[in-house]
Amino acid sequence: MIEDPYLGKYITCVSARSTDKEILKKAQDGGIATTLMVYALEQGIIDGTIVAGEGDRPWEPRPFVAMSREDILKARGTKYSISPQISWLKEATRSFGLDKVGVTGVCCQMQAVRKAQLYPINMRDVPGKVAFTVGLFCMENFPYKSLQTIVEDHAAQSLNSVKRMDIGKGKFWVYTERGNVTSLPIKATHKYEQPGCHVCLDYVSNLADISTGSVGSPDGWSTVFIRTKKGNEIWSKAVAAGLFETKPIEDVKPGLDLVTKLAKEKIDKNRKTVEERKTFGVNKALRDPYA
Amino acid sequence: MELLNSIKKTMGGEAKLAQVVTEIKVEATKEIKSVANKIKLGHVHLSGCTGCLVSMADNNLGLIKILDDYADLVYGLTLADVRHIPEMDVALVEGSVCLQDHESVEDIKETRRKSKIVVALGSCSSYGNITRFSRGGQHNQPQHESFLPIGDLIDVDIYIPGCPPSPELIRNVAVMAYLLLEGNEDQKALAGKYLKPLMDLAKRGTSGCFCDLMTDVINQGLCMGCGTCAASCPVRAITLEFGKPQGERDLCIKCGSCYGACPRSFFNFDVMEEFENINEIIAGALK
Repeated sequence: MIEDPYLGKYITCVSARSTDKEILKKAQDGGIATTLMVYALEQGIIDGTIVAGEGDRPWEPRPFVAMSREDILKARGTKYSISPQISWLKEATRSFGLDKVGVTGVCCQMQAVRKAQLYPINMRDVPGKVAFTVGLFCMENFPYKSLQTIVEDHAAQSLNSVKRMDIGKGKFWVYTERGNVTSLPIKATHKYEQPGCHVCLDYVSNLADISTGSVGSPDGWSTVFIRTKKGNEIWSKAVAAGLFETKPIEDVKPGLDLVTKLAKEKIDKNRKTVEERKTFGVNKALRDPYA
Repeated sequence: MELLNSIKKTMGGEAKLAQVVTEIKVEATKEIKSVANKIKLGHVHLSGCTGCLVSMADNNLGLIKILDDYADLVYGLTLADVRHIPEMDVALVEGSVCLQDHESVEDIKETRRKSKIVVALGSCSSYGNITRFSRGGQHNQPQHESFLPIGDLIDVDIYIPGCPPSPELIRNVAVMAYLLLEGNEDQKALAGKYLKPLMDLAKRGTSGCFCDLMTDVINQGLCMGCGTCAASCPVRAITLEFGKPQGERDLCIKCGSCYGACPRSFFNFDVMEEFENINEIIAGALK
């Protein structure tokens, strides 16, 4: 077990890519989260999983409980807006009748799952029924109107025409169905971030069973942290079943150093924000969520 | 205790008595599990619907195990044949206090005087909850009109919010209270860390509402749209619109669950990061 102040506790870290061509077709990077959840469902490790599917508006995510491969595949790809995954956590055990619930989500949502397990305030049945969690790397998130502002005002593309969005190499990228590629400096998007992200002290989903994201691995691959006993067991079986190609993280560029660098940037900046909140007013503090 | 003994027999609970909890990381030895060191636990029933007690019972064999190894139920209207409130280590108080009911007022004061730790079990006891909406006029004591959470009359040590509180949270608090009172130094430290946020909730106040999410989370720039509040709401008053909670405030029963459940109300990294170990400790303690 490795314990890193920024990357959390993990058993191993690898670079990986799904071997499932259908998943990879619309996956954001290596298709790790989708492949793992499909595998967990098919193996009976979970009965269903909360994923970020499509909402009413273009590129608006909406959480839903997926109980089939087709449903899980609908959630492929990153949507850069807020999807309140945990709103379905208790309902998954009730209306949906799931005994083994999977959850995919970003760092704060993994925190929410663990809090719901350790301090289940009106979360009856949740602690024992969370069977498997896959967390995503997350730097910040955007309210839907922010995303609209970024894509429609800054990148000058209609959200309806967008095929893929991506953040990488210091830029926010917008790819349209007709082949247009627009980018804007990620700096220009900072002011549209959701405020709640600025006190977040987690970059690589430290509390998930397995966490994954593109940073650190080559294009089309993902960096994967295997964190818990349960995560390790599922990962080992999935790799043995041939669902992933893997490479040691030490052998890929840019590697773990970049993950650490970005994690440090985010967490140090946000720690500073939490500190500054303590003396925000004149003899008045803003509330410290970690006090 | 006769009733519980018979439950235990029919459920085969006795066979488990001899088991030693080996998986506890912070080892609980056999000596500290001897009957002499069990803590004294009581359930004090004020103006509540008994849902909290049912929730406690919904721990099933877990409750039997707790009563076998960790706690003696020394008071409880429905479960223990004891008329007057005795000395207790931990008093779980269900329901709010009716000011017009002399007995209730005396009971809560006596509970405070005779208990080391007073736990407000459930939202009526913590925040008033649905009893806040009383206007009196109910047969056959129409003058019973004013209901207050116990924190308005006595000092409360720990809140377990929820309507009803989750069986798992009641279980966790019971195990941690035992470790706090009877455990070794490591166990005491862990229990102290675990219980602190629930003690802080008790210090924070006696009013709970969806409004807390507005005033203490969203207005404070802390909401990140995870949706936990909506999952915790017992009356489904909360929906997420564009990723932020909206409360149907006429539906809100003022149980305070959403605020307590919110990852941005409290989040103690020193405990949360140990989630795997703590889950194992609790599972081990109840094996």
